[in-house]
Amino acid sequence: MRGATHAKWAAGAAAVALAVTGCGGGGSDSGGGDGSAVLSSSWGDPQNPLEPANTNEVQGGKVLDMIFRGLKRYNPKTGAAEDMLADKIDTSDSQNFTVTIKDGWTFSNGEAVTAKSFVDAWNYGASLKNNQKNAYFFQYIEGYDKTHPDDGSKQTADTLSGLKATGDKTFTVKLTQKFSTFPDTLGYPAFAPLPKAFYDNHAAWVKKPIGNGPYTVKSYTKGSQMSLRTRADYPGTDKAENGGVDLKVYTDNNTAYTDLMAGNLDLVDDVPAAQLKNVKSDLGDRYLNTPAGIIQTLAFPFYDKDWNKSDSDKVRKGLSMAINRKQITDTIFQKTRTPATDWTSPVLGKEGGFQDGLCGDGCDYDPTEAKKLIQEGGGLPNGQVKISYNADTGSHKEWVDAVCNSINNALGNDKACVGNPVGTFADFRSQITQKKMSGPFRAGWQMDYPLIQNFLQPLYYTNASSNDGKWSNKDFDKLVNQANTETDTAKAISLFQDAEKVVRDNMAAIPLWYQNGSAGWSDRLSNVALNPFSVPVYNEIKVG
Amino acid sequence: MIPVFIGATLLIFLMVNVMGDPIAGLCGDKQCDPATAAQLKKEFGLDKPVWQQYLTYMGNVFTGDFGTAFNGQKVTDLMSTAFPVTIRLTIVAILFEIVIGISLGVVTGLKRGRPVDTTVLLLTLVVISVPTFVTGLLLQLLLGVEWGWIKPSVSTEATFGELIVPGLVLASVSLAYVTRLTRTSIAENRRSDYVRTAVAKGLPRRRVIIRHLLRNSLIPVVTFIGTDIGALMGGAIVTERIFNIHGVGFQLYQGILRQNTQTVVGFVTVLVLVFLVANLLVDLLYAVLDPRIRYA
Repeated sequence: MRGATHAKWAAGAAAVALAVTGCGGGGSDSGGGDGSAVLSSSWGDPQNPLEPANTNEVQGGKVLDMIFRGLKRYNPKTGAAEDMLADKIDTSDSQNFTVTIKDGWTFSNGEAVTAKSFVDAWNYGASLKNNQKNAYFFQYIEGYDKTHPDDGSKQTADTLSGLKATGDKTFTVKLTQKFSTFPDTLGYPAFAPLPKAFYDNHAAWVKKPIGNGPYTVKSYTKGSQMSLRTRADYPGTDKAENGGVDLKVYTDNNTAYTDLMAGNLDLVDDVPAAQLKNVKSDLGDRYLNTPAGIIQTLAFPFYDKDWNKSDSDKVRKGLSMAINRKQITDTIFQKTRTPATDWTSPVLGKEGGFQDGLCGDGCDYDPTEAKKLIQEGGGLPNGQVKISYNADTGSHKEWVDAVCNSINNALGNDKACVGNPVGTFADFRSQITQKKMSGPFRAGWQMDYPLIQNFLQPLYYTNASSNDGKWSNKDFDKLVNQANTETDTAKAISLFQDAEKVVRDNMAAIPLWYQNGSAGWSDRLSNVALNPFSVPVYNEIKVG
Repeated sequence: MIPVFIGATLLIFLMVNVMGDPIAGLCGDKQCDPATAAQLKKEFGLDKPVWQQYLTYMGNVFTGDFGTAFNGQKVTDLMSTAFPVTIRLTIVAILFEIVIGISLGVVTGLKRGRPVDTTVLLLTLVVISVPTFVTGLLLQLLLGVEWGWIKPSVSTEATFGELIVPGLVLASVSLAYVTRLTRTSIAENRRSDYVRTAVAKGLPRRRVIIRHLLRNSLIPVVTFIGTDIGALMGGAIVTERIFNIHGVGFQLYQGILRQNTQTVVGFVTVLVLVFLVANLLVDLLYAVLDPRIRYA
């Protein structure tokens, strides 16, 4: 899923990473082949060095998911966080946690995984001097403000004071606030353990990473290919069912697809939009299209006075109702996306907080009502909305044009909405960061971990890390705070849903659609699945 | 040469800089946390004014240090893997241009107005008017998927054998131009005095054409091919993308997407050098082809 989701693959990737391989094992007696055959899979060049706390996009995340196992792992099917290396994680107050690691885990170089492997790795990730882009994952741990001062001043500590190895297999974590779902976030690859070799010879480690997962890196040619092989002495239960995976870098997913057609490649995990029409006839049932934890929305610049008037919510709601989501997802995306009816994702499931239809009539296509609401709200600011998007990846132009078309038709005005392409993703992001947006803009969110908290707090909490529109609402903040201190999961989720309703009533962002992950494969493979992060579950794939 | 070199690098440097803050693209759809962003900026020297960045960069370039890409790789490492591939691709393309383009040009130039001439003329017209990515995708689909003669994508090693079809695609448009240039030139010179003299001397036809006619007609063609070397190396982005060749085009494309100044400027600098050297070689070749031109 290369281009499709710049949508914050940041985190997703990572999550993916660990998550993907969830439950392998089982049923090794079924299927053909002796499990030693190697498959090839499409890949993109990772943007950052392959360190766990530095990898925030899907391509690097794929690798981390194969070579690392963390304390928890997200079940590839349900997305639930399940114990992997963790024997138990105890807490009495949702703030102090005691982690016990299972016996018998080793890195592929033979070194045992101990409490220290975790503590050192987390300290490394949180330390400002190491430039780790996922450092913010450790922000709830006590002492983070010393090792990673946000104002850019010199760090006064190298290690987190809230993190202590109390034994060979146990360590304690002290958070700065109550955070009941903290253990469930530990499936993110940033929390992976690291071997001593990582610190002793860092350059060599980055060239050829060593981890504790079911695969080892056999060779790595940066920018073109990575060969991973199954680890014979892997101690976990989710041992790989194939001999290994060759990841090949493709610049263009169309070429990868062509290679699959020609029998030159086994697995493509991002079927290009242009091929969606043919995919059924080309691949038959060797094609998969399942929901992923990604939602696409339109965010608004709340720092712009024109978009933050007292009646602006009516304009936003009107715009939302002027978008014919079903038509766009059917025609442009060939049903690989589903019209959104809330602000989370179907992968959370009902118990996880996903609520179909929470958005209500605000997300239904109703041109007459849309027109009326926009007029009541004082009309469009300056008579026109410009939807900004980055034009370099992810075929965003097509859908933005379609959304504008839909809005124009509903309002009976050809100039009501136009797309505003920004050349590169980096420029798009920097304009957002500098608050230069003057109208709605594309916002994608790929979850870090399958929790409703992750779909709300980072995006809508006052000054949260991905609150790009700078929306701020006291009621919402209060509900989120309450939910975080709530130890009963069901109660916490219902509080988060209440918070989501605040987002709805203000239409803080227009939900567009849930994104699916897609994959196509050759007839050599069987048992191919995508996890909720839309990364193939490599260790379960059978070859032959 | 030196002003051209400095001007070109400065322009590219400024252009990449104008695109905005590259660090912002490194954290996905999230905002990088300010402390890490500041630290990264410092590390890549992005916190300094542009002129200072440029001077530091150029200073480093002269000591052979092209900087580090965002994924932690030295730009010189990227070059050492990318350039050999692209050079191989360019060699294949240039060979196609020379062998097919010039032969077709000679044939059509000698048989002006005959059916052969008209057919080739039509063909070149088609090739020139169809964009490279169409030819590329079409050949890839036909040869790679439908008939299975080649692999649709090129492997990491990118051997000469694998590069034949991509090379042909890359060369196609220039090939058509070379044919036309040679044809016109040959047709013109055919009636010149020295050719008549050579024929009157009773020289064999083959010798007349190759030694006398062709050699004198090649000057415009050599000029074109010379400048084309640079264009092919830098302009292979489309072809490299279609056939998944990890050469200069791939690195440039990725560098631009990620706004990686170091990569883009580094590669372009080398391309500028290639351009300049190719032009120099062309100038020197003139003297070889036409004895009237002498460099004191």
